[in-house]
Formats: sequence, structure tokens, C-alpha cells
Amino acid sequence: MNAARHDPAALPRLALTVLALVLLWPALSLSELNLGVLLDQDNARTMGRFVADFWPPAHQGDFLLLLWRATLETLAIATAGMALALALALPAGLAASRVLSLSALHRGGRPAWWSLLARWPVRGLLIVLRSVPEIVWALLFVRAVGLGPTAGVLAIAITYAGMLGKVYAEIFESVDPRPARALLGAGSSRLGAFFYGVLPNAAGEMLSYSVYRWECAIRASVVMGFVGAGGLGQQIDLSMRMFAGGEVASMLLVFLALVLLADQFSRLLRARLT
Amino acid sequence: MTIRLHGVGLTHANGTRALADIDLRIEHGERVALIGPSGAGKTTLLRLLASALLPSSGDLELLGENPWRLSGRARQKLRRRIGLIHQSPPLPPRQRVVTAVAAGRLGQWSLARALVNLLYPLDIPGVRGELARLDLADKLFQRCDQLSGGQLQRAGIARVLYQAPQLILADEPVSAMDPVLAGHTLSVLGREAQNRGITLIASLHAVELALAHFPRVIGLRDGHVLFDRPAAEVSPEELAALYANEQLQPPGDARPLHNELQVQRC
Amino acid sequence: MSRALNYLLLAALLLAVAASFRFLQIDLSELTSRESLRQMGDYASGFLQPDFSAPHLAAIGRGALETLAMSAVGTLLAALLGLLLALPAAGRCGALALHATRLLLNALRAIPELVWAALMVLAAGLGPNAGTLALALHTAGVLGRLFAEALENTPAEPAEAIRLAGGGRIAAFCYGTLPGVWPQLLAYSLYRWENNIRMASVLGFVGAGGLGQMLYVSLSLFQEAQAASVILAMLLLVLAVDALSAWSRQRWVSQ
Repeated sequence: MNAARHDPAALPRLALTVLALVLLWPALSLSELNLGVLLDQDNARTMGRFVADFWPPAHQGDFLLLLWRATLETLAIATAGMALALALALPAGLAASRVLSLSALHRGGRPAWWSLLARWPVRGLLIVLRSVPEIVWALLFVRAVGLGPTAGVLAIAITYAGMLGKVYAEIFESVDPRPARALLGAGSSRLGAFFYGVLPNAAGEMLSYSVYRWECAIRASVVMGFVGAGGLGQQIDLSMRMFAGGEVASMLLVFLALVLLADQFSRLLRARLT
Repeated sequence: MTIRLHGVGLTHANGTRALADIDLRIEHGERVALIGPSGAGKTTLLRLLASALLPSSGDLELLGENPWRLSGRARQKLRRRIGLIHQSPPLPPRQRVVTAVAAGRLGQWSLARALVNLLYPLDIPGVRGELARLDLADKLFQRCDQLSGGQLQRAGIARVLYQAPQLILADEPVSAMDPVLAGHTLSVLGREAQNRGITLIASLHAVELALAHFPRVIGLRDGHVLFDRPAAEVSPEELAALYANEQLQPPGDARPLHNELQVQRC
Repeated sequence: MSRALNYLLLAALLLAVAASFRFLQIDLSELTSRESLRQMGDYASGFLQPDFSAPHLAAIGRGALETLAMSAVGTLLAALLGLLLALPAAGRCGALALHATRLLLNALRAIPELVWAALMVLAAGLGPNAGTLALALHTAGVLGRLFAEALENTPAEPAEAIRLAGGGRIAAFCYGTLPGVWPQLLAYSLYRWENNIRMASVLGFVGAGGLGQMLYVSLSLFQEAQAASVILAMLLLVLAVDALSAWSRQRWVSQ
């Protein structure tokens, strides 16, 4: 009775609160959070004018032409980048998975240790490729090949190759291994075993995931434009720097519509392909 | 006068008539049991008295006021004087018993006090006192989902006692307890109501419990009051008429008289 | 029939890819020519010797902490704002407020963090403050929607019982609704925080502070060695967050 006079949870709660405050204080100072800046007279006036310009969205003829070209460029960056990523990810995914391992053939599906070890460099490379954010790759490629869509295409190709390679490897390992093993056991080449034993079962899932990633690539290509990798993003960045509210508004609207359409389209395509 | 109903009827949104033409007077400090077969309208009547439902017709007076003629703020003020004990108390499973019971007084507390109490229980002795009356003092700092169905019902009773209302409405308050505990709990509830001058209205499945613990018994059937008299004067014929043909109802609803002890959990 | 349609679709996809390359005028053979490969190699070799000097490491450490702080404070603000918007979006304040807040949440969510960051840099100046606000705005949209769904799916009886006992709306929410949903709210917020750490490390590209700003500056000054160590730090940060979240998920969620 006496033991429960005080709340047993009080001390842990107090400790947690103190800990939260101790962590929050440096976090607030490091993040330099200051909501007051937004209400500052000058700032508010400039921003007010900028936002007021949003309506009506810009719709002059030559601007619309520019917008149309930028939109097409964004779509093309995403599509071309995905195509390159696919070309890189297929061999990488095969190398990282163990479906076509010859040493696993007579070991009941478990590859030898050296065979597992040999897959680690490929897996590590895939991890690095996908863990560095695509926009960092874009920035690096902008410095290497100059401003423009080429940097965007290469950035998407590199990052998405990492993601697709990992997922492809997982898909290869999740499908029924017996057809491939039977083919390998019958002396067919590894490539033959892949095309006739693995791909037929894995193709649907692979395509579905790739289409989903293509949808993500559209979003990513717009974002990458902000570091100069072409497309809609680059135009938004330019218009923002010139405080052209109307242009920003119409480009944001086009971006939203694009994302929405890509979402619908990819859903349709995935429903068809699987 | 505590409660007055004149010609009160209630029709649910789906068109079923739950209560029709109820006339009722219950004085301050009375202890009344509501009995009747399931579907008779006991719960509806209690929810009506708790001002949870708006009557479709008739006059309703609670503690001298008509809740539906009051402003929202005044109605909340009236509601803090009325405590409703639910059959399966709606206590959040992850909340601790001490917090769940203290929540009974939220109507009286300022918002600041309510928020502080959420972090650190401010009135441990008071909450423990109410729980101790129901032999639950040792569960003070446990979570509600660690209680059995019967314990949860007793925690719900403790919450309403802690609220210290002038009118307690209890909807099957002991349905998840074994007969001995059910009798004990009802006598505690009755004693507390008597000592504090609280009017108590409880619906019960078990006729013998109603007759043993409540001076006045109201028999409800199909939304009508069948009889309303002192417990000592209730005749076996009236009881037979009250529960007549109950076994003819669909099997899901049929509940023999002696089998009121289903264990419900949250 | 359906098979033919599938092949047609596949052909259309291939055509789209070819058209994309043509439209962008990317010449892969030129990109992989000896000359351009040599140039790229020169550029890449600059990254092979990362700068591990003590002052630079200290600066990176500060940048990483700044990134973490931006993501944490941004997520916290977003959780508060999201909860505030989730209440009307869950239909607790009438139909008009419901549609208005849903529209607002969708708008907040649809605009990517980086675009918000560029806007906030205009509105609030360079530095981590802009990044924090950008994360808060986008994440508020995401969390607000998730929170609203959680609120809709939680039982209403406990809060209703407190209202019936005369309690106020806020008290009923805190005592009746929150205990049921806060584990879910916390899980959503932590999940978004994980996401935001990754995001915060690149928001600096538009001037919103953190590791990204360091990388952007050192690349602009052609300091490849410094840039390489910043990229390594980003990679470590992302991998650490991934490992930590995978571990905690295994520990607390899937038991």
C-alpha cells in the first residue's frame, strides 16, 4: 500500500521530459527556427506580392510553348533515365542474386561461401548507388557534363539502377527456382536458364515495379531541375528567382497535373501488366 | 424533484420505436431498478436520462431543468451533475486506471488542471479511495487493458462515484461479474448513493438482484412501463407477464433469467 | 487479344524511350567516347582523396547535426500542425471545414520538399530555418492525412462518455481519443522523421542549410576533396538511419 503512494510512472516520465527538453534546446538553436521572419514587414510584403501574382497563372502564348517543352523534357528525362537504369539493373540484379549460381546446384540451393562472397561487391555498389540521393548525383553530373537534361538522365539512371537492381535480385530469388535449376542441370548456359527459367515468372512483377519507379522518376526529375538538371524544375527555379508568381503558379499546376496523370497511368499499366 | 418524464417517446433514426409515452417521476435520493427483457428500451431510457439522446416527443425534466432547452454550455454544466455507468465502460485500453477514474471530474476541472493531471495524477488519494470501496485499490496504476471484464465494470463505477454527481444512471453495471461479486458491488453502490444522497437508477438483467437491492422496481417491456411499484409488492404474475414469450425471440436475443453473467471485455 | 494488346503496349514503351532520347538529343556514343570518358575520369579522380582534416571533419559534424536538428524540429512542427489540421479533416468541425482542410493538406503534400525549400528561402532567407519550415510544411500535409485517417478509425465512445459527464471538448479529446491513437501518431511521425533526415541532407542545394549546403558550396568552389568527404558523411548518415530504423522496426513493431 505504501509503495504505491506515489505514481510509479512519475520518475520515468520526468526523466523523459527532461531528456526531450535537453535534446530540443540544441535542436532548436541548430535549426535556427524563427517563425518571426515570415511575419517581418519587408519579407511579408515581398512574399505577399509574389503570392498575389499567383492568380492568374501565366498563360501567354510563348510562355505556354516554353512550359510545354519543359514538360516534355521532364517526361523524356524520366523515361530515358529509367531505360538506362533498366539496362544497368538487369545484369546487376542477376549478379547480386543467387538463382543462377552453379555452385548452388549440387548443394541443395545453398551456394558455396566463395560464391556468396563474390556477390557482396555488387550488392555494396547497389547500396551506394541508391543511398546517395538522386539530387546529389544530379549535382555531380551537372558539374561533369554541364547544365541540362543529360545530367538528370544520368542521375536517374544511376540512382534507380541501384533501387531496381536490389528489387530485381529479390524478385529473382522469390520465384520458383526449380525451372532454372533444371535447365542449368541439363547443361544450358546461365543466360539461357535466365531467359527460359526465371524471366517468364519474374517479368510481371519486374515490369510493375519499374512502372511504379518511372512514376517516382517524374517527380524526381522535376526536383532535380532545381540544381540545373533540366526540365520543369529548372524553369520553376528560374521563375522563382525572378519573383514571377504567375509563371511559378502555372508551372506548379502543370507539375501537379503531371504527377496525378502519371499516377493514374502507372496504376492502369500495372493493372494490365500483372 | 429530481426527474420528471411526461409522455416521453423516442423513435430511432431507422424508424424503430424504442420508447412510447413514458410517464415517470423519480424523487431526490430514490433508488430505482429498471427490469425487463432485452430490447425493452432500458438502455434507451437511461441514455435519454443522461441527455445522450433527444426525445422525439414529450417533456423531460432532469434535476429541475430541461437539457434540450439549455444552451450548450449550460447543458454541459447540467451533465456534470449526472453520472452514467456503461455496461462495458468506454475506458481507453491503454489508459491507466488512475487516469481513467480521474477523468470523471473533467467537467469540474479547468483545462490546465486536466492537462497536468494527464502527465501526473493530481488526486491519487481521492481516486484510490473510490477504487478501494470497490476492492480495486491495488489496480490503481495498471492499464485498463490489464483488467478483467468485471474489474473494468468496477473501475467504471469508481469513475462515476469519483465524479460525485447528484444522479447516477447505471446500465447493467454488474453484468460481467459473478453472482457474489455482483451482489456485493450493488450493495456498495446502493450504500454510497444513500450516504451521499444520490439518486440511483440502474437497469438489471437479474430480477433477484433488483428486488434485493432496490426499494423501487420499474418493469419495462416494448418501450412501455408495465409496472412501477415498491420491490416488496412486485408479484410473480407481473414478472411472468414481463418476461413472457422471451424464448420465442430469435435465439441470439433469448436470454434465460438465471444466465445474466456473460463476461464482457473491452 | 489481351496478349496482342500487351505486346502493343510494350512496343509503345520502347517507342517512348527512343523518342525521349531523340527529344533530349542525348548521344550515348558521344557520352561514352574516349574523350568524354577521360574528362569524367579526371573529374571523378578528384573525389578519390576525400579531405579528412580535423577542421573539415568538425564542419561536417556540425553540418550533420544541423541536418538532424532540421529534420527533428521540422517533423515536430509538422506533427503539431498535422494534428491541428487532422481534427477538421477527420470531420470533427463540419463538412465545409472537412473539404477545406483536405484540399489544404493535399496541396501541402503535393508540392515536394525541395520546392517548398526554394519558396521558403525566398520568404525567410538562406539557412536552416528555411529548410526546417519547408520540411514542416510538406510533412504537415503527409502527417495530417495519416492522422485524420487514424482519428476516423478510433472508437468515439470514450470521448463521448467524457462529454456526457460534462467535460469540455479538449479534455474529452485528450482523455478519450488521444490514448487510443497516440501510438499510431508516434509511429507515423517517426517514420516521416526517418524520411526527413534523408531529405534534410539535400535541401541545402537551394540554400536551406545542413550538409547539402556544404556540398553545394564546395562543389561550386571546385573543392572536390571536401565535397567527397561531405558525400561520404551523407552516405553514412543515410545508412545509419536505415540500419537504425530497420533494427527498431524489428524490435518494436514485428514482435
